[in-house]
Amino acid sequence: MSTATFNRLTPYIFLAPALIIMALALLYPLGYMVFGSFRDWDPSQSLGESTYVGFANYITLWSDPSFRESVGVTLKFAVSVVCIEMVLGVGLALLLDRKLRGMSILRTLFILPMMIAPVVVGLVWRYMYHPTVGIFNNSLKSVGLESVDWLGQHALVSIIIADVWQWTPFIFILSLAALQSLPRSALEAARIDGATGWQQIVHIKIPLMMPVLIVTGLLRLIDAFKVLEVILVMTEGGPGLSTEILALRISRTATEFRELGVAAAMSNYLLMILLLVTIIMLVYNRIQEYRAARAIRAIEEEL
Amino acid sequence: MSAITEKQHPGFYAIIVMLVLMAVGPIVLMFVNSFKLDVDIISGTSGLFFLPTIQNYETALCDVLPYEIEHLDFCSLKFGGAFINSLIIALVSTALTLVIGCMAAYALVRFKFMGRDTVSGSTLMVRMVPPAVLLVPVFGLWNNEFCISKASWFGSWVREEFGGRGDLCLAGTHSGIILIYVAMNLPFVIWILQSFIVQVPRQLEEAARMDGAGPFQVFFKVVLPLIKPGLAAAAIFTFRIAWNEYLLASALSDRDTKTVPILIVNNMSEFNVEWGVIMATGMLLAIPPIIFTLFASRQIITGMTAGAVKG
Repeated sequence: MSTATFNRLTPYIFLAPALIIMALALLYPLGYMVFGSFRDWDPSQSLGESTYVGFANYITLWSDPSFRESVGVTLKFAVSVVCIEMVLGVGLALLLDRKLRGMSILRTLFILPMMIAPVVVGLVWRYMYHPTVGIFNNSLKSVGLESVDWLGQHALVSIIIADVWQWTPFIFILSLAALQSLPRSALEAARIDGATGWQQIVHIKIPLMMPVLIVTGLLRLIDAFKVLEVILVMTEGGPGLSTEILALRISRTATEFRELGVAAAMSNYLLMILLLVTIIMLVYNRIQEYRAARAIRAIEEEL
Repeated sequence: MSAITEKQHPGFYAIIVMLVLMAVGPIVLMFVNSFKLDVDIISGTSGLFFLPTIQNYETALCDVLPYEIEHLDFCSLKFGGAFINSLIIALVSTALTLVIGCMAAYALVRFKFMGRDTVSGSTLMVRMVPPAVLLVPVFGLWNNEFCISKASWFGSWVREEFGGRGDLCLAGTHSGIILIYVAMNLPFVIWILQSFIVQVPRQLEEAARMDGAGPFQVFFKVVLPLIKPGLAAAAIFTFRIAWNEYLLASALSDRDTKTVPILIVNNMSEFNVEWGVIMATGMLLAIPPIIFTLFASRQIITGMTAGAVKG
């Protein structure tokens, strides 16, 4: 092979490993899953040995009350987690957007919760929620209040609190970065015009941050649908089905009930929900970006 | 106008102290409890008045410690082995992802294959896929399709050398788990490295090429050293996912390839939880990410913000 042909082939050689691996371990499995969702499939069989059942898996799931409950729990969990975290995270960013000496240390400490393993997060929170040993109930007892049945009656709220603890820093850091890259001119103009701090936040900072906030919220929402380990360790989906989110249900259907076809159909439902959410958010983002650009232009024209 | 050293309200500092306490409190709690005996944890002698002991860590690591442990007659937790498995899987998959991702990112930028939009779009798509969705197909494929028949020469050779029955499959091997981690992390790594490679001045590469360097030399000797910060960010993110992941590893591993998260979950689901030992294992699992965070928080934040802000 001459050097010239070798040079011409280089880009393909550079790209090939990545493409092969992703095709083999991402695309092919996803196609395999779609194919498998139309089949009555047992873990002991290979997919070729299973029987074709058409849309039966999807139809059974659609009318299965526990699947519906699981979808409801997932949506409730994801939406409330994202809303709470957005409010807290953006609020903290607005509050801490000043020149502080220890800011980098503060940020380092804040990202710790999301770096450690979800399994460990679940473990710590399960310990803290423990009815007799846990720190929450012990503190409540020491001030003379009644203990709370954290992981029983209030399981959903408890896992939401744990997730808020773990992921609010994510929103905080992203919105802080967005805040610090806002165009200085707009803020200054507002200040000269005599806008109060609150007015600046509502009319200038938030609208200008909107595109970033939407992407952040979208990323967080997508991740909220993926949460599994924390809940698995804390409640194992219980009590009853009260915290059994879809991801957990898929894994249980596959491993405990050994119904791979149904689990595949469930995975497809989950993917469809995620796809829908993503598309809606992206379209909304485009509109917001356009508006923000117009707002900046308007402000600059006024100057 | 705000001066550089703004005087803050004392209540402001109180809020910050509270936030820090809330963020690190649970981790510190786990750290402290991992040095307590179960008796101390259960009796709820709260606070710091206890005799610290490393017994929990000894129990957890009993299969790799060189000396006999007197408080234990039987080593039931094979934590040391799992720790080694986790290390192998996380390190190899990080290294592979970086090398492959780096090459792909370079090709995409320099040879203008696809626009940035295509790459960031596919990154988002892959990010959208929850591991739970991959569970079913990966389990099926790794167990049934990605196999070498035992009748082939390689299969029969391995079966003769190492024993075992059935076809040689990816499931239950380190490489099986590594493959799925590499695939899962590649889009993100390619995408983040791309944003760093774009900033490498083209003239530098051309100068090297004039001096007679081939494309591989240009890549390894000129481009790689310049994108070290990006590599660090990508490495930490890949390592973190490979090190922390539970679900896919639990579906693909067998007795000998269990990773630490699997071990922790298995021990949690038992009725009588030994809190001290579990906390010690949790702490051991948490230590590498904590170290990374403390030493490379700047890179982590770069990686995180690049995701949303640069869009």
